[in-house]
Amino acid sequence: MIGLRNKTKLTSAPYIVWMAAFIIVPLAMIIFFAFTREDGTPTIDNIIGIGRWLRVFWNSFCLAFLSTAICLVIAYPMAYALSRSKVKKQRTLLVLITLPMWMSFLLKTYALMTLLEDTGIINNLLRMIGLGPYHMINTSGAVVFGMVYDFLPFMILPLYTVMIKIDHSLLEAADDLGANNRKTLMKIVLPLSLPGIISGITMVFVPSVSSFVISRFLGGSKIELIGDLIEYNFIQKHNPHIGSALSLILMIVILILMGIMNTFDDEEIGEMLI
Amino acid sequence: MTRTKKTYTFLVFAFLYAPIVVFIFYSFNQSKSRSNFTGFSLRWYIELMQNDRIISALQNTLVVAVLSALAATLLGTAASLGITALKKAPRALIMNITYLPILNPEIVTGISLMLLFVAAGTFLGISLGFWSVLIAHITFNIPYVILNVMPKIRQTDKNIIDAAMDLGCSAPQAFFKVMLPEITPGIASGALMAFTLSFDNFVISYFTLGSDGFTTLPVNIYTSTRRGLSLEYNALFAILFVTVLIFLILMGIADNKAASKNPNSAKQIRLRN
Repeated sequence: MIGLRNKTKLTSAPYIVWMAAFIIVPLAMIIFFAFTREDGTPTIDNIIGIGRWLRVFWNSFCLAFLSTAICLVIAYPMAYALSRSKVKKQRTLLVLITLPMWMSFLLKTYALMTLLEDTGIINNLLRMIGLGPYHMINTSGAVVFGMVYDFLPFMILPLYTVMIKIDHSLLEAADDLGANNRKTLMKIVLPLSLPGIISGITMVFVPSVSSFVISRFLGGSKIELIGDLIEYNFIQKHNPHIGSALSLILMIVILILMGIMNTFDDEEIGEMLI
Repeated sequence: MTRTKKTYTFLVFAFLYAPIVVFIFYSFNQSKSRSNFTGFSLRWYIELMQNDRIISALQNTLVVAVLSALAATLLGTAASLGITALKKAPRALIMNITYLPILNPEIVTGISLMLLFVAAGTFLGISLGFWSVLIAHITFNIPYVILNVMPKIRQTDKNIIDAAMDLGCSAPQAFFKVMLPEITPGIASGALMAFTLSFDNFVISYFTLGSDGFTTLPVNIYTSTRRGLSLEYNALFAILFVTVLIFLILMGIADNKAASKNPNSAKQIRLRN
């Protein structure tokens, strides 16, 4: 049996080589570029120079926090209602939630743009009833709206996954023992759904804070986020050194934030993501 | 469901679907306006069929999605089997590295691979294109396959493998006849997830496809937005929407059939998940 176990281990060898070549080496290259000048000499100027973009970092994190919070507030009652509806109905509703996730997010974001424009559909409708036009596109509000729209299903699904696991008899017991709805929610549903909350927050926050498509489509050139800066430095300015320094800092901040959040919960991170 | 619950659910769905419905509605517009509906026509569907740029981008995307899903499923399934057999410390190390592409922002994964491919490309004298996109997609797909397959392996009773081998199965036989059927649902959902993630991926393709003309559909959409998207893309979106909808309905029917054929197994699956 020992021999078999050793042979089985070998099947992971191709992946380990792949992982080293395409996960570890590329990350090492980010670190290398972040700490070198164009001629290859070491420097910490790239990292220090990021100070001038503190505002962009601050903006990105604020907008991402805001959209994550809005997603959580919208998704929590939705996931709860979903988990408490009849099994057959649950299936249909679940398909309806996953369906938009399968559609190109670029086209969805573009669709929002055509809705929010000054001469867009919302303003056209408002004009018919004698209101507006309201300026909505190219504002931070539009960017947050886009983030909430694109990532809401990623908050609903993990919440729903933990909520269907909550034993119904626990809720009945709480009810029998005299807890009101509010108390049941705070003392039972909320603590038991914590792993779902944490993975939902991760799945909305990370793509929000690093997005560059949403800010470009809905924020015009007015709202600049970290993602825009990274893209600009790599693609437009061909400066991988500054771009790598920005990516490195972004990655470290995100990993620290997630590390802090995961101390609230001991379940394995990956298990909740699918 | 109470009335408030119903209204709330309805409002959330209205929010999720209103832009999609409007977008699809305008694919039938006679003129090229995105906010002024002048009359019904199939003009944009016909133009879409004749647009070689979009069709070839769609073909590229499908080729990359199928190949990367296949490769990731093979590598990922083999990896899951091997990783489960490892001791605790190396297993934890490998799993933590495996989570990195999932936890990292896509843009960081994208530019890190771009740095590697540009360096390797310069060294080998080749420019980025199909190969770099394919490798990048396989790389971010593998972790999702592992996360789908690994739990199934852990749920499989090790004794049945031993039993099979005691009864005279060779190791490969034991794997193909006993282990594989047990973990097939995990492999299938991993492969499906890999395909869809690859099909819709924009950020990582954008940074790894270089400038030799190779493009995928999402990148084609992004570069086209600079001049304003034509309504052909609305038509494309409508076709994709209907395709996905039909696929999901078929999956639902298959699920229900499996459940009614064997109610016990369905219940078990639900409990396990």
